[in-house]
Amino acid sequence: MILPEKHPTIKAVPAAETHEARNAGTALKPEWFEDAAVNLSAAERRAATLTTRRTVKKQWQAAWLVRAITCIDLTTLAGDDTAGRVRRLCAKARRPLSGELQAALGLADERITVGAVCVYPTMVPHAVKALRGSGIPVASVATGFPAGLTPLPQRLAEIRYAVDEGADEIDIVITREHVLTQNWPALYDEIRAMREACGPAHLKAILATGDLATLRNVYRASMVAMQAGADFIKTSTGKEDVNAILPVGLTMVRAIRDYQEFSGEAVGFKPAGGMRTAKDALSWLILMKEELGTAWTMPDRFRLGASSMLGDIERQLEHFATGRYSATYRHPLA
Amino acid sequence: MEQIRDIMRTMEYGPAPEANEDVLAWLKARAAGIGHFIGGKFTAAGKEESFVTLNPATEAELARVAQGTGADVDAAVKAARAAYPKWAALSGHERARYLYAIARHIQKRERFFSVLESMDNGKPIRETRDIDIPLVARHFYHHAGWAEMVESEFEGFSPVGVCGQIIPWNFPLLMLAWKIAPALAAGNTVVLKPAELTPLTATAFAEICLEVGLPAGVVNIVHGDGRTGAAICEHEDVDKIAFTGSTEVGRIIRERLAGSGKKLSLELGGKSPFIVFEDADLDGAVEGVVDAIWFNQGQVCCAGSRLLVQEGVAERFYDKLRRRMENLRIGAPLEKGIDVGAIVSAEQLKRITSLVAKGEEEGGTLWRAKGPLPEKGFFFAPSFFTDVDPASTVCGVEIFGPVAVAMTFRTPAEAVALANNTRYGLAASIWSENINLALDTAAKVKAGVVWVNCTNMLDAGAGFGGYRESGYGREGAREGLYEYLVSGVEKALKPAKEPAPFKPLGAPEGERRFASLGRIDRTAKNYVGGKQARPDGGYSYDVTGKDGAIIGQAPLGNRKDIRNAVEAAAKAGGWGGVTAHNRAQVLYYVGENLDARREEFIALLVESTGQNAKAASAEFDIALRRIFYYAAQADKYDGAVHATKSRHVTLAMNEPWGVMGIVAPEEAPLAAFISLLLPAMAMGNRVVAIPSTRHPLIATNLYQVFDTSDVPGGVVNIVTGEKDVLAKTLAEHDEVAAMWYFGSKEGSAMVERASCGNLKATWVSDGKGRDWLDDRQAKGREFLRRATQVKNIWVPYGE
Repeated sequence: MILPEKHPTIKAVPAAETHEARNAGTALKPEWFEDAAVNLSAAERRAATLTTRRTVKKQWQAAWLVRAITCIDLTTLAGDDTAGRVRRLCAKARRPLSGELQAALGLADERITVGAVCVYPTMVPHAVKALRGSGIPVASVATGFPAGLTPLPQRLAEIRYAVDEGADEIDIVITREHVLTQNWPALYDEIRAMREACGPAHLKAILATGDLATLRNVYRASMVAMQAGADFIKTSTGKEDVNAILPVGLTMVRAIRDYQEFSGEAVGFKPAGGMRTAKDALSWLILMKEELGTAWTMPDRFRLGASSMLGDIERQLEHFATGRYSATYRHPLA
Repeated sequence: MEQIRDIMRTMEYGPAPEANEDVLAWLKARAAGIGHFIGGKFTAAGKEESFVTLNPATEAELARVAQGTGADVDAAVKAARAAYPKWAALSGHERARYLYAIARHIQKRERFFSVLESMDNGKPIRETRDIDIPLVARHFYHHAGWAEMVESEFEGFSPVGVCGQIIPWNFPLLMLAWKIAPALAAGNTVVLKPAELTPLTATAFAEICLEVGLPAGVVNIVHGDGRTGAAICEHEDVDKIAFTGSTEVGRIIRERLAGSGKKLSLELGGKSPFIVFEDADLDGAVEGVVDAIWFNQGQVCCAGSRLLVQEGVAERFYDKLRRRMENLRIGAPLEKGIDVGAIVSAEQLKRITSLVAKGEEEGGTLWRAKGPLPEKGFFFAPSFFTDVDPASTVCGVEIFGPVAVAMTFRTPAEAVALANNTRYGLAASIWSENINLALDTAAKVKAGVVWVNCTNMLDAGAGFGGYRESGYGREGAREGLYEYLVSGVEKALKPAKEPAPFKPLGAPEGERRFASLGRIDRTAKNYVGGKQARPDGGYSYDVTGKDGAIIGQAPLGNRKDIRNAVEAAAKAGGWGGVTAHNRAQVLYYVGENLDARREEFIALLVESTGQNAKAASAEFDIALRRIFYYAAQADKYDGAVHATKSRHVTLAMNEPWGVMGIVAPEEAPLAAFISLLLPAMAMGNRVVAIPSTRHPLIATNLYQVFDTSDVPGGVVNIVTGEKDVLAKTLAEHDEVAAMWYFGSKEGSAMVERASCGNLKATWVSDGKGRDWLDDRQAKGREFLRRATQVKNIWVPYGE
């Protein structure tokens, strides 16, 4: 196996909650991933014990859950989305915790918001309007989400449209065919073009791992996406049969680690789909901290693509604050 | 109180202690001292000698425990003996109900056991909760199943009797389960001694025996140190000893038990290789190292403690390993988020520390996790050595702590050579994405348990146990049950009449009579490496036939003849690698060629033994049939695929020992010789055989048959001479992996004693007679089982 020279200096960890550092990408370097092995059973064993080796309790758990909130890409991606629906979601994004609860957690002076709001391109203007002044980025899916099989010019135009409407982040989907046929130049060129279309907006590459069949493919697709300049790599659209699962996440974060080792660039990670509980949020945060370190538990490098997870986190936090188990109706709808 | 706002930035884990009030209450209720469990009752503690068991993480006293005396052991053995007939006579189903109840009760108290074990041993609660205790329950479930089936699945076998069991401190309750579950399933009763460092969960287990109403005396537990263990081993009324612990103590036990007739199984130390090929999933393999040597503080007999990494990826692998090592959390074992707990005792910590110092002194580079260690308690940071070589002390000695040694290799062949460059042979872990390479390596490593792309996988449904000086016998699965069973045939054998003393002499002596044979004089030689060889000493001895007349001379072999024969056998390793069909063909051909010389052999039998032609002809026919039988078995006595975990094949392969020493009895010189040689050959062993001293010419005549039957040189080697003298050299030879001895009681004891050097497996007759013409006694699968050792290869799959 040919291994690249290690990058001499690894960039300093940027301050949390900034949008400064971007992954410049590299040329396509198949030698970074073509021989890389991912053993499914080994990955599953590690994934299974990650969450049995670590746990957080009491105020640590509360702190981790609030941290999780700040990493959530609060999402609505439904055919019946409307301006009103998006507005309500954005209101929740601005104030995910009630003032009362925030005070009880000793966070009255902190600005606690979700990481971003994620919508379809035509919903971007509504979200931009609703979030104005909040500092919360608007993320838009694009490129023929979720299947990504519209012609490339249209997909690139879609990105430009969303960016023009004010999206700060673009969640693109890749052409799975390129992975399944191991056509790395095609995959690389496509994502490169998308990155260019993004301009200043950050590019989050959705690999749709549920369609990629093997962890080896997941690793390779992750590497190509990063080489093409993705700022984040993201597991799923939420529409595949299997969405965010830990063994897949483990494989992707290891790819991020290897990529940083080779290139010096730090890339973020976003699991999406299928995550509903506060416990899920903690599991993913443990994965990030264990495999990549604390810097990857902050919203500039970690996002949780979820919608209903927030409600469960609110209930757990209220239980921490009051000692009583909470009920859903007590918390404002997203 | 730490503020949520601050934790949000540091993202520290914070404390998450496992509650232990219930265990503390349990200990408080036993503050007067913990006694033995004998005959269904706890003995009073503290009136005589006692010792204290500590929490190694805090150095706090947990309990005072009685030191078992000879009288205690005697009482326990008597209780076990008294309970034995009734327990053994229960139906399998009735025993299964008890084992099932034990499994259920352990599950009902799983957290109690987990906490107690963690406190007594120092291992993290995560491990006791997720690994030790679930495996304990699984072991009793599995063996409840064997109890149910033992009568039908092991027809002709019966329990051994009273079993003495001595277990170590590294997996206290799990080792207890590995010992007690199969023993009880098979119908034995037991006297078990827990390690003196970790006596508590065994006591809690005894309470479960009471809860489920296990008949008094079936399980007896005597606490104490090595003196108590010795008393169990030496007790006359114990039928079997099962020991798990150090190779050093195992050797002492083997020596003391020599000639006692007690069945013995040993599960000893290891220095298991952990081989990382360049095409491996390196991150996966790094986690493998975590599970191998940084699991249970490295106090694991099967720990992958010798990392062998292919040179091209070594530096990268070490980088990954160093990074991962820093992420391990070391500290209070009852913390749920702790990876590495406390070393079991101050003494063990000292041993680890001094070995590590030695490693550094000898030039090794030590990489040690940097985090702070707790001030109190016995802790050692996870570490590994680079810049070490096979000649380094730390590469040969079992450290039994969280310290691996790492070396590189260039080629698969070199990996195997380094892997096998050890006295031990317990386990091996192989990391490669290439199935050809992984399985080829798995087949070539000398280890009882091989894990491909995984490590320290344990399951009651797979056999566990070592090659070489890691011991013999298996625990778990079908192969493990044999350790607690004895065949009815073996049990029924009676002491043989002592034959008149016979000492072969190198010089003619006394009045000699010569048989008139009317043929050209023949010269029998030894048979070494496929060639006829004159005896090294240049002496021969007279061989007398019927009526005491001399019928010829046989070589008077000596030490050097044995040495040469073993060397020739060692070189003939290809025999075990050819196809079983190929071996079968050769063995059939032996039968064909022997049959062609039927008249000659029958005449020689008559001439040698004085039996009549009809009897000789019968013996010849039996020998011939046995050749066909073992030729037939060559490709049929095969292994199994154990049902362990999902998406795994766990292959139980019957592998030959390698070089076997076989000492044939004096009687039935053709039938017995063939009955012993053939199963060994059929399974792929190379044999150094010592034939009947009185009737050696049958065997020396046979080498002409082997020669003409395509038996490769070195597969069979024959040295004639004074049986016990030759047997001693053979039994002492470190290249010989297993030894069968059929002869006197003294000779049997001598062989067992002499086997201590490399802890070769032995099968001796203890002076008992066997009818070699009776198929029930002298033929069958039992001979094949004794000619093989089971290697369990774990192969997880999935892409």
